[in-house]
Amino acid sequence: MSQPLVKLSGIKKSFGPVDVLKGVNLEVYAGKVTALVGDNGAGKSTLIKGLAGVQPYDDGVVEFEGQAVNLGSPREAAAMGIEVVYQDLALCENLDIVQNMFLGREEVSLGTLSEAKMEFAAAKALSSLSVKTVKSVRQTVSSLSGGQRQTVAIARTVLRDAKLVILDEPTAALGVAQTEQVLNLVRRLAEKGMGVIIISHNLQDVFKVADNIAVLYLGNMVAQLETANTNHNEVIGYITGISANVKEEI
Amino acid sequence: MAEQVTINTGHEGSISDQVKAYFSRLKAGDMGALPAIAAVVALMALFANLSPYFLTEINIANLFVQSAVLMVTAMALVFVILLAEIDLSAGVTAATAMALFVKLSNSGTPWPLALLIGFAVGFVTGWVLGIFVAKIGVPSFVISLAFFLGFPGVMLIILGAGGILRVEVDAVKAIMNSNLPVWAGWVVLAVVVLVAFLLSVWDRVRRLKEGLPVRSWAFIIAKVSAYLVFGGIAVYFLNLPRSLVAANPIQGVPIVVPMVIVLMFIGSFVLSRTTFGRYIYAVGGNPEAARRAGINVAQIRIWAFIICSTLATMGGLMHISRIGAVEAAAGRTIVLSAVAAAVVGGVSLFGGRGKLYNAAIGAVVISIIDNGLGLLGFPAGVSFIVTGSVLALAATIDALARKRAPGGTRV
Repeated sequence: MSQPLVKLSGIKKSFGPVDVLKGVNLEVYAGKVTALVGDNGAGKSTLIKGLAGVQPYDDGVVEFEGQAVNLGSPREAAAMGIEVVYQDLALCENLDIVQNMFLGREEVSLGTLSEAKMEFAAAKALSSLSVKTVKSVRQTVSSLSGGQRQTVAIARTVLRDAKLVILDEPTAALGVAQTEQVLNLVRRLAEKGMGVIIISHNLQDVFKVADNIAVLYLGNMVAQLETANTNHNEVIGYITGISANVKEEI
Repeated sequence: MAEQVTINTGHEGSISDQVKAYFSRLKAGDMGALPAIAAVVALMALFANLSPYFLTEINIANLFVQSAVLMVTAMALVFVILLAEIDLSAGVTAATAMALFVKLSNSGTPWPLALLIGFAVGFVTGWVLGIFVAKIGVPSFVISLAFFLGFPGVMLIILGAGGILRVEVDAVKAIMNSNLPVWAGWVVLAVVVLVAFLLSVWDRVRRLKEGLPVRSWAFIIAKVSAYLVFGGIAVYFLNLPRSLVAANPIQGVPIVVPMVIVLMFIGSFVLSRTTFGRYIYAVGGNPEAARRAGINVAQIRIWAFIICSTLATMGGLMHISRIGAVEAAAGRTIVLSAVAAAVVGGVSLFGGRGKLYNAAIGAVVISIIDNGLGLLGFPAGVSFIVTGSVLALAATIDALARKRAPGGTRV
């Protein structure tokens, strides 16, 4: 396989006496969806927060596009093209879609907001993801459904030219149809050449959308599998620790 | 257009589509200033019927002047209300700033310098409030209550035993008591209409440049015509001679009117067309989302308090101009009336929703009630009760409308 977009090796992180990550390796490829699965307390969130620059790792090497990098703050991570869509989405309900997508990075000319420019770019970003559920980019977020809000949060990463998009439980609170839409959206992010990491507890979703599945068990990366070569039972085995003695296959 | 964009922007469709969309938004509870505008019309019709004096030239001019202080204070408070904060001390801050101004100017300081010092008091007070709220984390209700309790004491000390000082500066007295020449009133109207027209055209041109759909010209024409008609009626009325004493003719637009218009224009421009304004709405809507978007939330909060106090000081200047003096009790009641005005006009106390003109229209409603009931000979007590009822009614309408809206929030 080609060079990975992100390569983590020997990542360690502990909070006081608790070792949350005990030397984790992970490879994420551009244009592929990598699912990060594991039971509660396995270290998924900690691994993600390190990549986002929110909680830097204690030890280990992060390579981004082949270069060893230091992810010391969210700003540095964002500058590199790493965007995180958190579970709570962080949208302003009183603002419309365009305003939310450009929040903090508004286009300005002559000291005033270039609404037209932003509106066009926002509509283009949504169209490029084949979003059909949103009627107008000038709707306020308060009038959107959960799935539509997720769509806006994901489309925001496209607008920011992200290279790596990390999605934290994007389908957790969604119904069947909306889950389908969001998963399609995730696929399209990968088709646009971005690297995608998706955290999910729902294995059905994982098998539907992911190219690779990485399994964390109590702070160890116990398996990194290709979706095509594995099945539910095997993954569940790794998640629950039954197959923990079987070491990495790739 | 390089790429086919299929998502609407709210500017598509014929005139009738646009109008239909507007009514559907109304139905969904997004009524904005409409109930307040309806209230203005209804109240004017009511009082015009009940009192022969209500629609006289002198009373209309009075109404403009009377509502100015409330309007400016309400506009000032909008900046903090949008953040779901409150500044109870805006009124006493303004009064204290003006007490210092009058004291200094009366004791020989050149009045422009004294005025500048007065506004500096407003500015610094806002800054201190902002620091307490944004950096230390004291709830704005509590810290501004502390200022509300403390500042009257400062005023007593400044004003001394008498507790009142006369305003001697003619330029300040002129704000509320002098009028523009007849021609200047029309010039003001022409400038307002021209600016409104040019801004609309500028927006339209920028949309066309991006290949975006634009609304029909009819909307711009309608907007400009509305400005022309209503502004024209107002200027015409104010330009009629209205003196009750033939020897002392009074006519023309009161000087305070263009001042309020300029303040409102600048404030609205900042709120709706700059990143600072956008960030105020964002912080008011979801501070955490704003923080994650890289917005310096504390800085936005501090500046909102600075703007609030400074603008309120402008209201204080208008107040002392009208009264002709500054007394120790000034500024205590105006804040709550201003909050009422903002809410009646459609500004949400929960933050993130509302515009400056909402507060201005709300201020007009409250001023009309005050003025009309006074003309009908009702005692002040009745006026207070009616104002309170109107506020309760406005808040209820807002709550019910939001309850019904599928996408509306119920905070």
